[in-house]
Amino acid sequence: MSNIINKRELQVAAIENGTVIDHIPADKLFSVVSLLGLQQMSNKITIGFNFDSKKLGKKGLIKIADKFLTDDELNRLSIVAPHIIMSIIRDFKVVEKHNVEMPSLLRGIVKCTNPKCITNNEPMQTLFQVVDKDNCVIRCHYCEKEQQRNEIQIL
Amino acid sequence: MENRSLVTIADYSKEKILYMLQMAAEFEKNPNRNLLRSKVVATLFFEPSTRTRLSFETAANRLKARVIGFSDPKATSSSKGESLKDTIMMVSNYADVIVMRHYLEGAAQYASEIAPVPIVNAGDGANQHPSQTMLDLYSIYKTQGTLENLNIFLVGDLKYGRTVHSLIQAMRHFNPTFHFVAPAELKMPEEYKLYCKEYQIKYEEHSEFTAETIQDADILYMTRVQRERFTDLMEYERVKNVFILRNSMLAATRPNLKILHPLPRVNEISYDVDESPKAYYYQQAHNGLFARQAILCDVLGITLDEIKKEQ
Ligand SMILES: [Zn+2]
Repeated sequence: MSNIINKRELQVAAIENGTVIDHIPADKLFSVVSLLGLQQMSNKITIGFNFDSKKLGKKGLIKIADKFLTDDELNRLSIVAPHIIMSIIRDFKVVEKHNVEMPSLLRGIVKCTNPKCITNNEPMQTLFQVVDKDNCVIRCHYCEKEQQRNEIQIL
Repeated sequence: MENRSLVTIADYSKEKILYMLQMAAEFEKNPNRNLLRSKVVATLFFEPSTRTRLSFETAANRLKARVIGFSDPKATSSSKGESLKDTIMMVSNYADVIVMRHYLEGAAQYASEIAPVPIVNAGDGANQHPSQTMLDLYSIYKTQGTLENLNIFLVGDLKYGRTVHSLIQAMRHFNPTFHFVAPAELKMPEEYKLYCKEYQIKYEEHSEFTAETIQDADILYMTRVQRERFTDLMEYERVKNVFILRNSMLAATRPNLKILHPLPRVNEISYDVDESPKAYYYQQAHNGLFARQAILCDVLGITLDEIKKEQ
């Protein structure tokens, strides 16, 4: 038993305070890294790539010391990589753990793919309604065009 | 303050649609009223549409409103790069209501969120054109005596035709059976068929347009089949003479059938249909005046009771 725990600890160094983002699909890991701007951060960061996962086959994992994600960052994350699990660590303990869910509205996060949409021609925020959380289908509040996950461009 | 703008027909409940039809009927009895005597109506046409603008301006004039605005966007500062927001805020200082046509989709929705006065969407790109839908509904209601349980045939360009899409949205309350009659390249998009399923709207699809196809129709709604919509010009050459309504096709149709068309037509309705009592497209355009009078009054907070009392 203690053997297994030791193995885990070898894989990922523990952090005292901060955030663990787990169950990131392997092919989305680097999108998440750039989305959160980790390259520019001076915090201690551990990035795990190609870990084994029962659900995903291969997964990614990120630990960021002394960083707690804002709602805006969580919403962005939910679009890139749905079903990821976020844990908040305080004093080496997991004090909160939950699935990152898509919100029902995305404000100022996604660019509309319709070039004739008012949001691409006026200094204003975009707004999307999430039509289907599971399949990540969103609809522009302004031009009413729907977008699928593979079309979504984050601002 | 409650925003009384009209941006999309989807915002209207069944009750609201029926209420607006009653209002239009009052204006048909007498279109010349003093209801908007102290009001200024702005018509801002960022994209020219003479037909729609004349209809709205006549509606306003017959209610004694003053009309300001522009019909040619080249003459305005938006062509010098002024934002829509700045134009709307400036005009809101002068007008009580803004009727707006714009080439960008979602422009009316955005304007309604920032303007202190109500916005009436007179068309935003390929998106919505609710006053057209209201005049279509009024025409159907007037000629059939009801909106309930009708067989409505939509013919022609069902892929890009925004009027037919809005008509489906508006008719969802009234248990229609739709027939989509279109060449393969212009058939009804999947998203509207899903919409029909979601709201349990019955529909059938046809790829041929013959006398037999249309014999059960109560309403035949024709649209333009435009050459530039085709990627395959061979296909266009094949269908351009097939999707034309001719008087000879009307012999076996229902006596109550009426033929609608949002106008302008190109060649999809043969001129020999004009003499048929089933042709209704000119009256349909005339109905636009009453529908738009109702819309202007409603967004300005004037009720059906007040309209009935005023005459
Ligand atoms: Zn849009």
